[in-house]
Amino acid sequence: MTVTYEDALASYEPVMGLEVHVELGTKTKMFCGCSTELKQDPNSQTCPTCLGLPGALPVVNAIGVESAIKIGLALNCDIAEWCRFARKNYFYPDMPKNFQTSQYDEPIAFNGYLDVQLEDGEVFRVEIERAHMEEDTGKSLHVGGATGRIHGASHSLLDYNRAGIPLIEIVTKPITGAGERAPEVAKAYVAELRELIKALDVSEARMEQGQMRCDVNLSLMKPGAEKFGTRSETKNVNSLRSVERAVRSEISRHAEVLNGGGTIIQETRHFHEDTGSTTSGRVKEEAEDYRYFPEPDLVPVAPSREWVEQLRAGLPELPRLRRNRLREEWGITQHDMQSVLNAGAIGPIVATIDAGADAAAARKWWMGELARHANETGVELGELPVTPEQVARVAALVQEGSLNDKLARQVLEGVLKGEGTPDEVVEARGLKIVKDEGALGAAVEEAIAGNPDIAKKVRDGKIQAAGALVGAVMKATRGQADAGRAREMILEKLGVEG
Amino acid sequence: MPGITREEVAHLAKLARLELSDGELDHFAGQLDAIIGAVAAVSDVSDADVPPTSHPLPLTNVMRPDEVRPSLTPEQALSGAPAQEQQRFKVPQILGEE
Ligand SMILES: [Zn+2]
Repeated sequence: MTVTYEDALASYEPVMGLEVHVELGTKTKMFCGCSTELKQDPNSQTCPTCLGLPGALPVVNAIGVESAIKIGLALNCDIAEWCRFARKNYFYPDMPKNFQTSQYDEPIAFNGYLDVQLEDGEVFRVEIERAHMEEDTGKSLHVGGATGRIHGASHSLLDYNRAGIPLIEIVTKPITGAGERAPEVAKAYVAELRELIKALDVSEARMEQGQMRCDVNLSLMKPGAEKFGTRSETKNVNSLRSVERAVRSEISRHAEVLNGGGTIIQETRHFHEDTGSTTSGRVKEEAEDYRYFPEPDLVPVAPSREWVEQLRAGLPELPRLRRNRLREEWGITQHDMQSVLNAGAIGPIVATIDAGADAAAARKWWMGELARHANETGVELGELPVTPEQVARVAALVQEGSLNDKLARQVLEGVLKGEGTPDEVVEARGLKIVKDEGALGAAVEEAIAGNPDIAKKVRDGKIQAAGALVGAVMKATRGQADAGRAREMILEKLGVEG
Repeated sequence: MPGITREEVAHLAKLARLELSDGELDHFAGQLDAIIGAVAAVSDVSDADVPPTSHPLPLTNVMRPDEVRPSLTPEQALSGAPAQEQQRFKVPQILGEE
């Protein structure tokens, strides 16, 4: 019998653990000088170190360590005075070394927290267990099977361009007390973490490109129980929406199993975007199965307190605090700010305001016309071929009365199509409000002559009816008339006071 | 000194995806036990004033600047591969996973 989400929450308390992997934006890999640019050409960015050839020695990337410390500090963590790398041994061809260089019981950062703001403004504190340094794996291509999946494949092909790219894994402590808001908390946490990583400028953190990947651990317990239930581990949940859906679907699935008298087995599960549900993967290997031991080829990392304090002093304003400041400056609601955040519009709007536009106009264009265009073309707002300066220029043209909103939209469309700057588009397309009193006057005469019934109503005092005449003028001038001025002239001609 | 049990050898063999017969398990458990016993002789000389270490050199913070160095060409990278296809390392079917 299917258990609804509400029923599940009535009987159980969800406990979550979120593990997020962030691919750093360093120029080179974590332990060798190979580029991280990831050209299409397979195996073109490898060397003896990242291929695990005998005799090759790894050396730590200083920016990789610096980025890890910055992330740790921004997450309010303690930074280890001394820590080591460890070998995580496993037999799987995505790492040619037969182990992944990671950190085990000595992470570089530990014991922190991240405050995340939910849609209604409530702040929920997520405790951070640790953030540690490791390296990404190669990419496998399974061939010979019907679907490109391991199951049924005859063999696999490996590209090691990604093997060795620096990763920071950020692990939360068990998140309890979120109750029915657990899915929302999970999504808000990953969203906030992504903003934080971007603000620190250590990664672009694009989830759709795999630069940030989330594993969702979930278990249920009876309210007041002492011990957590058995957890499932849903791997590679790679969008904010999927994080929310994965938590929700696992809560229902666990409740269904438990209510039916079954037991949850500790296993890896896969999330499917199309159905919004998970399916069973492999039964989890226990931690000791990886036979971690300190990496003998690397010396310990012991960040000096001076270095740590210097990095702390250089931290940017935290995204949540910055958002609250901007929200007040712009005079908008929490809900509106959430939309701006979800659209990835904070940066563009701030830059447009810096270029001279007022906040309302900057927000209007980025959240309206431009967001729509970004959605349609499937690119991020910040990647549209229009600069904040150009948007500010369009806003200025509207402000000074040279363009109305309709014309401004056409100007932006021209800019997006690569027709040039806003001024060039205005010139080339002939998009200026008609201010020529003669031409406007003629259009007004025509509108009145063509609509005698409406004109009579206005004369008789039904001033609202003038709107239809303004509409006729706008139509006749192909939208290029100054609507305010046209209305004035109509009322003047008909002898009524506006 | 605790040795290695037959069960542990079976467990490691499973992780390593090695199929061992009962006879082999007995055989390797005995051998590995002897090897580990020999290495464990080191613990006889360790002392409270000798801290455990993972590295013989008293060094920390050996790091390199984040500067790109030339990589191997794909041909060089693949030159030692027993099999290749589509400019990638070709490996046998990966078993026991979905
Ligand atoms: Zn390399």
